[in-house]
Amino acid sequence: MSKQIKVALIGNPNTGKTSVFNQLTGLNQKVGNYPGITVEKKEGVCKLPRGVKAHILDLPGTYSLNTTSLDESVAVELLLNKNDKDHPDVAIVISDVENLKRNLFLFTQIKDLKIPTILVINMSDRMSRKGISIDIPVLEEKLQTKIALISTRKGTGIDRLKELIADFRSLPSSPNVDITTISKDYFERLKNAFPKEDLYKLWLVITQDVNFMPIEKQSLKNAATFAVKSKSELKRLQQKETILRYQFINGILKETYKVDSNAAKGFRATLDRILTHKVFGYLIFFAILLTIFQAIFDWSTYPQDLIDELFASASEWVKSTLPEGAFTNLIAEGILAGIGGIVIFIPQIAFLFLFISLLEESGYMSRVVFLMDRLMRPFGLSGKSVVPLISGTACAIPAVMATRTIENWKERLITILVVPFTTCSARLPIYLIIIALVIPEGRFLGLGYQPLTLMLLYLIGFGAAVLSAMLLNKILKIKSRTFFVVEMPSYKMPLFKNVVYTVWEKTKSFVFGAGKIILAISIVLWFLGSNGYSEDFKNAESIVKQRIEKEGLSQYSLGYMERKLNEYKNSTPVSVIDTERAISLKAMQDSLAIITLDLEQRAIEQEIASHKLEHSYIGQMGKAIEPVVRPLGYDWKIGIALLTSFAAREVFVGTLATIYSVGSDEEETIKTRMAAEVNPRTKKPLFNLASGISLLLFYAFAMQCMSTLAIVKRETNSWKWPMVQLLFMSVFAYIVALIAYQFIK
Amino acid sequence: MAITVAHLKKGQKGIIKEFEKDILPIKLLELGCLPGNQIELLQVAPLKDPIYINVNGSHIAIRRSVALQIELEILDDVSTL
Repeated sequence: MSKQIKVALIGNPNTGKTSVFNQLTGLNQKVGNYPGITVEKKEGVCKLPRGVKAHILDLPGTYSLNTTSLDESVAVELLLNKNDKDHPDVAIVISDVENLKRNLFLFTQIKDLKIPTILVINMSDRMSRKGISIDIPVLEEKLQTKIALISTRKGTGIDRLKELIADFRSLPSSPNVDITTISKDYFERLKNAFPKEDLYKLWLVITQDVNFMPIEKQSLKNAATFAVKSKSELKRLQQKETILRYQFINGILKETYKVDSNAAKGFRATLDRILTHKVFGYLIFFAILLTIFQAIFDWSTYPQDLIDELFASASEWVKSTLPEGAFTNLIAEGILAGIGGIVIFIPQIAFLFLFISLLEESGYMSRVVFLMDRLMRPFGLSGKSVVPLISGTACAIPAVMATRTIENWKERLITILVVPFTTCSARLPIYLIIIALVIPEGRFLGLGYQPLTLMLLYLIGFGAAVLSAMLLNKILKIKSRTFFVVEMPSYKMPLFKNVVYTVWEKTKSFVFGAGKIILAISIVLWFLGSNGYSEDFKNAESIVKQRIEKEGLSQYSLGYMERKLNEYKNSTPVSVIDTERAISLKAMQDSLAIITLDLEQRAIEQEIASHKLEHSYIGQMGKAIEPVVRPLGYDWKIGIALLTSFAAREVFVGTLATIYSVGSDEEETIKTRMAAEVNPRTKKPLFNLASGISLLLFYAFAMQCMSTLAIVKRETNSWKWPMVQLLFMSVFAYIVALIAYQFIK
Repeated sequence: MAITVAHLKKGQKGIIKEFEKDILPIKLLELGCLPGNQIELLQVAPLKDPIYINVNGSHIAIRRSVALQIELEILDDVSTL
C-alpha cells in the first residue's frame, strides 16, 4: 500500500465541516474516541486522482487555536505535535461564505504554524442570494494558499478540492501574520531563551488555558516561569494579537469580498422573531417535542414488536434444530436473548437521532438553547441540557448519548447523571400494572386517580432529576472554564446525507460500544436464573411431577385451564351435525380433549419452570435478600423480580409471570394472579396500597437498567460515574420506598 | 453608569468602546467583539437573559452577565429621530 496523504479538516462549528468530511469519505469512515478522553475522533479514507489516497481526520470544531475546551485542545495538540502519528501533511480549513471574516481568523493561525493549508469556502450556492462576490485569485495570492469554492449541498467543487489535496506539495507554507510585532521586546526574549523553537508555537503553548500533553509542557515549563509576565499582561498581548489578525483580514477582504447589502436578509430575522418569541417560541418548541415523543413512543413500537418476535422465533428455531443441552440453551436463552435486548433499543435511538440531527442541521437547536438557558441555570444546567433531559422520557440511553453537544464537562456530567431519573418508557409496563392493582378507580375533580398517579410519577421523576442536578452542582468540584456563547447559525434545509450518517453512526456506536457490556450481563443473569446447585433445582422435573401426581395441579393452574376451556367453548358454536358455521358435538368433545391435554402439559411445564426459578442461583439470591426488602413490603418473589429486572426494568413483569407460573404474557392473566397473591405474614393481599406505592417509588428512582450503566461508562470513559450513579440511585430508591411503605402501612 | 450591550433595545445598534485589558473572555474577542466594531441587539430571551446579538457579522447569544461588561456608544437609529 502506498503511503497515504494525511489530511486534517479543521474549521468553525456550523461551516459544514462534517458535510465536507462526508463528501470526501463517503461511508469509508470510522468514528471512535481519542485515547483516554471522550472526544469524538472521526477519520476516513478518500480516493484522489492518479490513484493516490488520503487519510482524512475530522478535527473537533473550533473558533480559534486558543482553546477553552477539551475538544478544541485535541485539535491544537495535533497541529502542534509533529511527532503525533496523525500530524497532518496538509490542513484544510473549512469556512462558510457568509462568515468568511471570522473563519479566516482561524485560517491565519493555522497558516502561522507553517503547515501547508488549503482554504475551502463552503456554501457557495448561497452567494448569489446573499449578494456576495469574491475575487478568488487575489484572495489566494494575499493569503498565500489555494482556495476551493465548494457547495456540499449542490455537490460542486469537491473534485477541485481533491486535486488540491493530491497536489499538496506545491502549497506555500509561509505564515500570514508576524505576531512578534505585538511585543518586539517580549518575543526577542523568548527567542533568546529557545533559539531552536518556532516562536508562534511557543506563544500558543504558553497562552493555552487547557493542560497540554506532558511532552510539550515539559520543555516549556521553564519558559513559562521565565518568559511569562503576569496573566493579565499575557491576555493583553492575546488581545493585541486578535486585533492584529483582524486588521490583516479586513485589509484583504476589503479588496476581494463584496456584499450587496440590499440582498435579502429578512428570512432569518423573521424566523428568529417567531422561533425565539416569548410565547410562540415556547409553543413551537413544545409542539416539536410532542411530535418527537409521539414518534419515539408510537413509531418505535412496530419495529420493536417485530424485533421481539424475530428473536423469540430465532431462539425457538435454535432450540428445535440444535441437539438439546447446555450449549443450545446458552445460545437460545443467553446469547440470542441478550442480543435481542440490545437490538430492541435501536428503533428508539434511531428515531431520536433522526430528529436531533434534523433540529441541529436546520439551525433550530441553537434557538432552543437560547430559549431555555435561563430556565435551566438555577439547576446548574444550561440550555443545552434540555434536549437530553427530555429525551430521557423515552429512553435514557439515547439521551445520555445526546449529551455530547454540551461542551462544558461539568454540565454534561450532571446531565448524564440525572437523566435516568426521568420516567423512561421501560417503566411504563410496571407502572401500569401496579397502578391498576393498587390505586382505586375513583375520580378526583373529574380526573381518574389512576391517570393522576401516572402523571404524578412523571413529575416526580423530572423533579428528582432537577433537584439532584442542583445537589450535584453544589457537590462536584470540577473546574470548567467554558463560558456561554452560542452561535446562532443561519437557517438551512437539513442535508439528507448528513442526517442519515448521524443516525447510522449513533446506532452503531450504541450497538458496538454498550452492546458488549449488555450482552455480558445478560448472559450472567441468564446463567444465574437457569442454573442451581441444590437438589431441588436439579430434580425439579421429577419433584414437580411427583407433587402433581399426589396433589394434582395447583389451584392457579386449574383456574387458568378452566378459563381457557370456557373461552374456547364460548367462541365455538356447536350443532348436532357439522355445518359451515358450527362443528358437531362429537368434534367439540374431541377437540376439548386435545386442548385439555395440551393445557395440562403447559401447566406442568409452567410449574416446573416456576420451581426451577425458585431454586436457581438467582432464586436463592432473591430469598437471601428477603430480609432486606421485607421492610419495603415485598416478599422473596418480588425480590427475585427486582434482581432480574436489574437487566432492564420491563423484565419485572415477565419474571413475576414465571414465578407465579402464569406462563403467559397476557396482562390480564398476570394481573389477576398478582391480585390473588397473599402475603403469608400479614394474610393481606401482597400487592396492597402500601407495598404498591413503595414499588412504584422504588422503580421511579432505582437505577434498574444495565444498558444505561453501560452507555454512561462509555460516555464518561470510566466505571466511576456509573457506579456512583448506581449506588446513589439505589440507596435513594430504597430509602424513599421504605419511608413510603412504613408510613402508609 | 456606563452604557453596555445589556442596555440596548431590540434592533438598536452600538459601537464597542475601547476596553480595559482582560475583562472579556478571549473567545468573545475572536468572534469579533473588538473595540470599534458594531453590535446590534436582535432578541432578548424571557427573563432578559441570554441576549442574541449580531457583532461584526457573527450571530451569537451571550449571557447577560457578559453583556454587562461590553461598553458601547449607542448609535441613534433613524427611527428615533
